[in-house]
Amino acid sequence: MLKAENIFFKVGDKTLLHETSVVFEENRFHVIMGPNGAGKSTLLKLLAGSERPSGGRIFFHKKEIGEFSKKELAMLRAVLSQHYNITFPITSNDMVMMGRYPYFKTLPSKEDKEICKMATAMMQADDLLDRDYNTLSGGETQKIQMSRILAQIWSTEKSQNKILFLDEPVSHLDMKYQHQLLQVAKAMCKKNITVIAILHDINLSLTYADHILFMKHGEIKYEINDQKEITTSIIKDVFDVDSKIIDLENGHRPIVVF
Amino acid sequence: MNKLSFRFYYFSLAILLIVSLIISARVGAVNISYEQIVTFFGHKFGFIHDNDPDSIQQALFFQIRLPRVILCAFVGAALSVSGALMQALFRNPIVEPGLVGTSSGAALGAAFVFVMGKALAGSFADTIGPFMLPLFAFIGGLVATLLVYRLSSVFGKTNVNTMLLAGIAVNALANGGTGFFSYIARDPQARSITFWNLGTLSGADWHAVELVGISTTVGILICYRYSKALNALLLGETEAGYLGINTEKLKMRIILINTFIVAMATSIVGVIGFIGLIVPHLLRMMKSSDNRFLIIASALLGAILLNMADMVSRVIVAPSEFPIGIITAFVGAPVFLFLLIRNSRKQQQGGFYA
Repeated sequence: MLKAENIFFKVGDKTLLHETSVVFEENRFHVIMGPNGAGKSTLLKLLAGSERPSGGRIFFHKKEIGEFSKKELAMLRAVLSQHYNITFPITSNDMVMMGRYPYFKTLPSKEDKEICKMATAMMQADDLLDRDYNTLSGGETQKIQMSRILAQIWSTEKSQNKILFLDEPVSHLDMKYQHQLLQVAKAMCKKNITVIAILHDINLSLTYADHILFMKHGEIKYEINDQKEITTSIIKDVFDVDSKIIDLENGHRPIVVF
Repeated sequence: MNKLSFRFYYFSLAILLIVSLIISARVGAVNISYEQIVTFFGHKFGFIHDNDPDSIQQALFFQIRLPRVILCAFVGAALSVSGALMQALFRNPIVEPGLVGTSSGAALGAAFVFVMGKALAGSFADTIGPFMLPLFAFIGGLVATLLVYRLSSVFGKTNVNTMLLAGIAVNALANGGTGFFSYIARDPQARSITFWNLGTLSGADWHAVELVGISTTVGILICYRYSKALNALLLGETEAGYLGINTEKLKMRIILINTFIVAMATSIVGVIGFIGLIVPHLLRMMKSSDNRFLIIASALLGAILLNMADMVSRVIVAPSEFPIGIITAFVGAPVFLFLLIRNSRKQQQGGFYA
């Protein structure tokens, strides 16, 4: 379980995240939504431990996040960032192997190679492995990066609960692979992995999330634990957009139209 | 990117290095034949007693030629590995110790000792003298490198344009300082700073080989341990952090080791530019950007190429000799321009070699 208690984050005298407390239950798919500049990425960085909150505490496995060493943390959570700017030629295979860096000293073990293979197979990116990463399309790089992240937190039966952070993971993907990536993430929830993703598409969120946070102006405004709880007034308040909700499958599947 | 293994490259480069060392040991103001080299070694180590070889030539070989060739190999290795390290650190392929001020800063430190050293050390000159040169070269190189690094890194990102401009400014400042010292210098030896600013291996002796050999070997062994972390840095500093790497610590350590090996080499041979730029670049095109490969292969290829450059410098105006820095500049500067043009074109598309 990942738990934030009264955390806030300031840069200078600008508050990017107002004091808030939030709990992320294990093995569920959590989605953070909100307009640009709402503080979603800030919250994600704090939860992932790459930035320290200006106040408050974050607990993971009942231990404060700052008490983990960088390496321990690298084996317990992985982050898919929005952008990667790679300046040197590197094969996709080497890129995916970086996910295993926390686990080996100089040369990867057989197991590391095996895991990379399984991770890329999951993302259906096997045919990209021998190519130069820099020649891949935006969507293809996303798949390779996701494979790398999966390899990093690949869990075995004995391992502790791990967290997969996804910062706008489907922004460069076509419709088919948007669903494929989110299905892979969803499948990870069954493998003792908690997913925390920032998404912009409300209908994708409603389809995959178990828990959605709506943020605005550095605050968590709404939390819903069931897709049926979505209302047009939430969407109007958070995104300032008029919408309509259509119920499919006897009200079990709300679709938001604009 | 081909399928040949790293080991194949190490092996081939090692053989090429040995061949280039032997060839290089032959030529110069006095040419020495292979038979003579064999006889010299045989005589030196006591295998051959019968025919006494030319003792002047033998002395020349062991006192001048051989240390020079070996020193040259170590300097080439030091500068090339430094290029690979700096490129990984700045996440940019057009960086090398000459451009980011490490070399000229070290040269300034060394020039300071050349001119002011005796006055500073006073009567202790004989005891602390030998340590002052490397020490001040290190300090000079470190200050210059940190200055350029701080100026060009804003919010964890290195701006190439700012870096090149900061490099120009810091280089100009350091060169100005070195020029000042050579101007106020009294004895003719210090006046040779000007010549030495273009790099020269003519000062090679076994003491120099020891200093540069040890610093380079130790430096390379240490930074090889960080090669995986440097690879991760390719993703960006935050992302490397997510992979468990303490990027701040890594950067400081790499800057320190890098400055150390460059400063030791520079304090002996002066400024030799561009070798650190070309060597990692060639290896990346040949095989891989993996720093585990680049560090070892750069050491080998750098040693080979600088030996060849030094051979040319000894041959073209024999029995006099040509500053080696001029040769590396003539070859390296066009390569640098080529990279710069390609970099600015490719930057719009994302990857560098894409």
